[in-house]
Amino acid sequence: MTDIALTKKDFTSDQEVRWCPGCGDYSILSSMQSFLPELGIERENIVFISGIGCSSRFPYYLNTFGMHSIHGRAPAIASGLAISRPDLTVFVITGDGDALSIGGNHLIHALRRNVELKILLFNNRIYGLTKGQYSPASEQGKITKSTPYGSLDTPFNPVSLALGAEASFVARTIDSDRKHLTEVLRQAAAHKGSALIEIYQNCPIFNDGAFDQVKDNETKEGSLLMMVHGQPIKSATTGVIREGASLKLVDLNTVDESALVVHDAHDPDPSYAFSLSRLSGSSLEHTPIGVFRDVVRPSYGAMVHEQLDAVIAKDGPGNIEKLLNSGDTWVVE
Amino acid sequence: MSLMSKPIVAVKSVVIRFAGDSGDGMQLTGDRFTMDTASLGNDLSTLPNFPAEIRAPQGTLLGVSSFQLHFADHHVRTAGDAPDVLVAMNPAALKANIKDIPRGATIIVDKDEFTSRNLTKVGYETNPLEDGSLDSYKLHAVALTSMTVSALSELPLSRKEAERSKNMFALGLLSWMYHRPTEATEAFLKAKFSKKPDILEANLIAYRTGWNYGETTEDFANSYEIASAHMAPGTYKNIGGNTALAYGLVAAAHQANLPLFLGSYPITPASEILHELSKHKKFGVTTFQAEDEIAAVGSALGASYGGALGVTTTSGPGLALKGETIGLAVMLELPLIIVNVQRGGPSTGLPTKTEQADLLQAMFGRNGESPTAVIAASTPSDCFDMAMEAVRIATTYRVPVILLSDGYIANGSEPWKIPDVKDFPDLSVEFAKTQENFMPYERNPETLARPWAIPGTKGIEHRIGGIEKQDKTGAINYEPANHDFMVRTRQAKVDGIEVPDIVVDDPTGDAQVLFLGWGSTYGPIASAVETLRNNGEKIAQAHIKYIAPFPKNLAAILEKYPKVITPEMNLGQLAMLLRSKYMKDIVGYNMVRGLPFTTAELVEAAMGVLHND
Ligand SMILES: Cc1ncc(C[n+]2csc(CCOP(=O)(O)OP(=O)(O)O)c2C)c(N)n1
Ligand code: SF4
Ligand SMILES: [Mg+2]
Repeated sequence: MTDIALTKKDFTSDQEVRWCPGCGDYSILSSMQSFLPELGIERENIVFISGIGCSSRFPYYLNTFGMHSIHGRAPAIASGLAISRPDLTVFVITGDGDALSIGGNHLIHALRRNVELKILLFNNRIYGLTKGQYSPASEQGKITKSTPYGSLDTPFNPVSLALGAEASFVARTIDSDRKHLTEVLRQAAAHKGSALIEIYQNCPIFNDGAFDQVKDNETKEGSLLMMVHGQPIKSATTGVIREGASLKLVDLNTVDESALVVHDAHDPDPSYAFSLSRLSGSSLEHTPIGVFRDVVRPSYGAMVHEQLDAVIAKDGPGNIEKLLNSGDTWVVE
Repeated sequence: MSLMSKPIVAVKSVVIRFAGDSGDGMQLTGDRFTMDTASLGNDLSTLPNFPAEIRAPQGTLLGVSSFQLHFADHHVRTAGDAPDVLVAMNPAALKANIKDIPRGATIIVDKDEFTSRNLTKVGYETNPLEDGSLDSYKLHAVALTSMTVSALSELPLSRKEAERSKNMFALGLLSWMYHRPTEATEAFLKAKFSKKPDILEANLIAYRTGWNYGETTEDFANSYEIASAHMAPGTYKNIGGNTALAYGLVAAAHQANLPLFLGSYPITPASEILHELSKHKKFGVTTFQAEDEIAAVGSALGASYGGALGVTTTSGPGLALKGETIGLAVMLELPLIIVNVQRGGPSTGLPTKTEQADLLQAMFGRNGESPTAVIAASTPSDCFDMAMEAVRIATTYRVPVILLSDGYIANGSEPWKIPDVKDFPDLSVEFAKTQENFMPYERNPETLARPWAIPGTKGIEHRIGGIEKQDKTGAINYEPANHDFMVRTRQAKVDGIEVPDIVVDDPTGDAQVLFLGWGSTYGPIASAVETLRNNGEKIAQAHIKYIAPFPKNLAAILEKYPKVITPEMNLGQLAMLLRSKYMKDIVGYNMVRGLPFTTAELVEAAMGVLHND
């Protein structure tokens, strides 16, 4: 990293921010603007690409390159950019509807390929921009404008989904916890390949308090299972132990701390991270936060360019005249 | 090979159709005969025709695959209306094709395949080789399978493996009949089967045995000779539309000095472009097989945003999926090339057959006023030139360009005079440079193009997106007057694209009827025009390659000719555009059979218009 002295102000665009007052997107934006100077990357080499949704307005407020694209397609568009321009640092900004509903296909394939993208999934468990329909992340039974009698769908657990899609880096954090959010961004930025960060984001207008369980002072200490690589996984009251092939919650009063699972984000076996992701249900009573998985896998863009370079090294650069004259040809005098 | 010892008959042109089961290797046989014919200097045109199923049930009508080749000592425009020779490898191939074969034509069949089981399978009650139904044809019932198998008896092959070489026997026989040289095919086989010496040996023996059979058997009294056609001096190769299109993209990217990025999702009949481009990594070509067509065009657009030449290739159903992203490209005003190799529709339609029914989809298949350039290739080799044109337009005007091809020219082939690299246009582009107060939507006054401002350029960081933008600044803007202005400006940019004038071929200058086509109907129309003129008719021909925008002189041409006939493999889509734009009545000739027009039907259609006053 170079020591370019950029500040939060350098990354703040002149656009007036237009989210509703109290929207969790503000704190995420502020954390991001403060974090970016730390990367030591020139503004022109950073690109934010978003889909459609309240959250997808994010790129307008950052003084980098940015594209506010179409609903669900940001990972696909960003893949083309990141693959063809490995010199750039590319972030994808997406919502729970954008990423998990209309864009689900692109999300899983970007993760599977390990394209060099840092994907920030703003999960407010609701469709904000379209004024409050339930989303694929909404808890079952949710009463919304489109589900006056309660939603019937089983929600996605975005972390489990990403792990199932072979993601090499998966994390979860919370909009209002600036310190934790920044630390997760830092680790994601250091990771080679794609990173999926689920950010619990409050929508005070259409789904207020969705994450109170992990935000309110009375409940959060007992609910947040902190995952720190090399440390036992626990909240103030509960820890995680192994039981056979899977993981289980225990009351901290009933076990010795040495019995707790020590977090290994680099475990090559994804079923460990997957088991962690299954500890939390929609109720959030026990919610692991931090980096679930961070493993090394070649990034897609790097492999693409290695292949191009290898062919050129072997056969030399292409010659158009030779190409056109290849195969069976004949001469007419 | 032995010397020719039988009488040689000179002929001017021949149409051969090879037909067999889709597992019989008819496309390969046809391809090889084509290559050997091309190298002799005959002009030619080909038409493969295969089922949508990779292996339809063996021996059934559904599974018949064919390859038609027209070659001559003069200029050839189409693959020919009616075959002079049909090679039918089984009863299904005979039954599926006999209706196209004029009486008096030569039919060569593999008589070993005419078993009662195979005959029943396709509904022959009696054996057509014996019941007299083929009396008015020159029938050669050849024991193709058994002769192939016995010729290969020394090789360590199962009967089934040996039988597989029977297409080479047929190729050898036809090569003898028409004096095709054998060296190139032998070299081809040696390269193809270099790792399978037994299979190579089998193919070579079958090929030579077929040739010798023609030479020695009483069954074939003559062989034929077709003088080479008069062609402009130069180096030639036989080329199909998909290959030409891929070459055109590679060459254009080179002329533009841009890395080519192809995002694509496999679909017939466009996949070959993906296959071809994926071979050309040494030209810096990246091919990305995306998860679907939306990601394919999305990745291409993302690559364009980053300063690559973003291309996506597809067929009709894929174009439907790409619509929203093309609309984004219209809004972002970035170069993007969308190739649509049309096939029969709607829905899955006729995946392996040709059609021109995506024209209006290309023109209008997006939400909002969403103009793109639309251009169309007219022959296999023209796909090369039009790919270059697509790149010129996309990069000059920062606009998506839809390049239309179709199954006929994509799979068909013709001799191509290989162009001189020195004659290619300079397509170099300029990216926006570091500057103060950068305006991402400030336009070049001539082209109305906005700057191509790629990430990585200091000082011009900016945000773009699909929301309406303010003129010049590109900032989000919802004002009524601004939107109206921007909608008109995007349209004006496309309307103002420079395209070459259309050329009318009207030798006497006083024809009253104009044959006006677009896309792959060029060959059939040209052939019909030739026939009509040989019959003393006066008729003019013009062909539209640029549809959005139309060439500037088109209005005057339409005004000049009292009657305009437009054949289309759709229900009148170009005609609709012409009528609405030029208020000209167009006589449509429309067929949607999944097949190109025949010369004869176009001649007849024109005669109707020429003589019905
Ligand atoms: C093709 C398409 N379909 C539907 C919409 C309407 N739409 C815009 S945003 C959105 C959902 C947004 O939800 P989410 O991704 O969770 O973002 P949030 O607003 O909650 O941040 C929908 C359905 C659209 N813009 N485009
Ligand atoms: S609707 Fe909800 S998510 Fe959207 S800006 Fe308002 S508070 Fe934020
Ligand atoms: Mg949401």
